[in-house]
Parts: sequence; structure tokens; C-alpha cells
Amino acid sequence: MQMDNWTFGISMIVVGMGGTLLTLWILSLIMGVLKKVFPYKEDKN
Amino acid sequence: MFEAIVGGLNGLVSGFAHLHWSNPIMIVVGLVLLYLGIKKNFEPLLLVPIGFGCILVNIPLAGLMEKGGFLKVIYDAGIMTELFPLLIFVGIGAMTDFGPLLENPKIFLLGAAGQFGIFLTLVLALALGFTQLEAVSIGIIGACDGPTAIYVTSQYAPHLLGAVSVAAYSYMSLVPVFQPPIMKLLTTKEERMINMGEVRKSVSKTTKIAFPLVVTVIGGLIAPKGLPLLGTIMLGNLMKECGAVSRLTKASENEIANIVTLLLGIAIGATMDGRVFLTHQTLIILALGFLAICLDTACGVLFGKAMKVMSGGKINPLIGAAGISAYPMSARVVQKEGQKYNPKNFLLMHAMGANTGGQVGSVMAAAVMLSVLKGMGII
Repeated sequence: MQMDNWTFGISMIVVGMGGTLLTLWILSLIMGVLKKVFPYKEDKN
Repeated sequence: MFEAIVGGLNGLVSGFAHLHWSNPIMIVVGLVLLYLGIKKNFEPLLLVPIGFGCILVNIPLAGLMEKGGFLKVIYDAGIMTELFPLLIFVGIGAMTDFGPLLENPKIFLLGAAGQFGIFLTLVLALALGFTQLEAVSIGIIGACDGPTAIYVTSQYAPHLLGAVSVAAYSYMSLVPVFQPPIMKLLTTKEERMINMGEVRKSVSKTTKIAFPLVVTVIGGLIAPKGLPLLGTIMLGNLMKECGAVSRLTKASENEIANIVTLLLGIAIGATMDGRVFLTHQTLIILALGFLAICLDTACGVLFGKAMKVMSGGKINPLIGAAGISAYPMSARVVQKEGQKYNPKNFLLMHAMGANTGGQVGSVMAAAVMLSVLKGMGII
């Protein structure tokens, strides 16, 4: 089914941009947790 | 004998006789690209082979882009199969240090904000009469990421590949020219002077190794259609961070990246046959591409302003401009602009974080876009 351009454009903004923001937010949360699980240790050498 | 001589002479002038009016114009365009690459140092690694490919394909009767022609062989082998942009991505992953991004993972959001231009331009392209898949390919110029633009366009609008890739690469190199006025327009002097302090080293090697794996698995599950893009850049980065395959890492960032860049450039140039390239559509694509990257910058800075408010004034909104994929030019522009207003301000590492966030963001935006298109049943 071919959707009209208006529906397509708005859907792409909402789902595409929203999906990008959401995915990167999830990644930032996971990386924040990983930083706490594997804390940085100063190299003693 | 006279007829044989005339026939032979005809063979020597047939190239001139078959010149289409658009061919000389495109040869000049090729020369301009060479000038920009050689003399102005604008992305020379790409503009030189693209410019030369453009000249080659506009010389008639050589048949370089016909079946069996050497440019056609390269094009079919590397562009139509999507192999070249993906191999470039392995090299980019191997060259990129995501450390500054991981120091402050919230900056990932700036990398997302820097992709707004893709979607806004897509809508504008639709309004101007482009088909849905053409609009997607034009919008992706806003990723400010050549390999991503080539990957998407070669699949869904291959007839626009020349215009889209030239726009993507030339605008990337023009980032230092058009970003500063937008940054200045959207921020106050006080905001530009905000000192974000030093970036302290706080990321362990384990976290750096986990990063490409997390992005590949989570990103791939959310947007499986973009997994080739995500997977290749993250493979390169995993090789770099683990340190166990330094030969492969070096090959990816040097020999492989160099060879593929040459072949990719010349194959893109080969799509610039004047009879196909010189249309009003190309001019509209170039204009829309420029708009896309300006919108990315504007949205990045505006998102930076929002983050400044949410962080209680600790974030300098200028770093939002680096949330695009033009790495590391964009981060350098932010550093330079920040120091103009506060010479003691060192925004470089913060901007590098946003810039690498923009790299992940652009790939993620393309991946999400492809998966949404698949979900809608359009591809």
C-alpha cells in the first residue's frame, strides 16, 4: 500500500527521529552503567 | 587508399564529434573538484579521485561506464554491492577514539540532535516533488557522512548517487565555513564563554571494548536493516580498542581504507556523466543537502542550549554544533569559536565527544530510517 507523502514525511520525522533519539539515549544509559560496573583504574606503571 | 586515410582521420576526430554540450561543462566541474582538493585541501582524498572520475566519464566513446568498461566494473563491484562504503566504515571505526564520548555518555544525545536535518530535509524534498525513496536519499546528505549517504543512495536512488555523494563530501569539507555563523546566530556571548572544565579520564579499557559490542547488539536489534553500517564501524573500533589485532587495525585504517577510498572516489566520479548529472534536479539536491547540514548544526546548537539549561549552565551550547558526523573538523570549529570568546576555554575534548556521538548518531539515524522504511513496507 502506497502512503501519501504527507503521512510518510510526518511518520519519518516522528518514528525516524524519535527512534534515533531513543536508541542513543538507551545507549548512553547502558554506557553509563558500564562505566560504573567497570570503573577506570589509574595505571600504576 | 584515400578512403582509408579519411576513415582513419575520422576515427581521430570522432571523440570531438560525439561531445554532448554537457560533457565540456562536466569536465570543468571535474577540474573544479580537483582544484578544491589539490589547491584548497578540501577532502583531497576523495575530491581528487571523484574529480578525475568525472573527467574520465565525460570523454565520449571511451565506454568506461558501459558493460566491461573498467569504471563500470569498479562501480558494480563496490558501489552496487555496497562493499566500498562498508569497508570504509571498518577503517573509520579503527581510526575513531570514542573515549571522549564515553567520558560523558549524555553527550550521545547531541549526536542524535545533529541528525534532525536529515528528517526535515526529507519532508522538504517530498514537498518539492521527489519520490519517497529519492527524498530519503537526499535527506541522508544531512548525516554529513559520505559512506552512509552512498550506502543508502546506491540502494534506493542510484540515479542520484553522483549528486548526493558530491554534496555529502563537499559540504563536509565546508563545515568550517558555514557552521560559525549559525553557532553565533543561535547563542549569546555568555553562552559561548561557558567553560566546561577539563575532561577527566574515567573510562576503563573494558568499557571501551564493551562499547562497540553494545552498540552492535542493541542498535542491530532496534534497527536490523542498518546492521551492516553499525557492524562494520563497530568492528573497526573493537579491533582498535582490544589491541589484540593491531595488524588488522593498521591495515583497516591505512591500506584498506586508502585503496577503497581511491576506488570509491573514482566510481562516484564515474556517475557524473553530464547527460545524467546536469539537470535542475541536481541543483535542487545540492541546495537541499546544504540546507540539511545547516539544519543539523542549528538543531545541535539548540539542543545544546536545552542541555545547558538542564545541567544548570554547565554545558556550552557550542558543542551541540559538533553533533554531526564531520569528524574531527566540526569539533575543531567548536574549539576555535569557543576560544574566540574565552581564550581560557578548551572545548575540544567535549566537542570531540559530541562529534563521535554524531558519528554514531548518523549511522544510527540511517539504520533507524531503513528499518522504519522496511516496517512501512516501502523497501
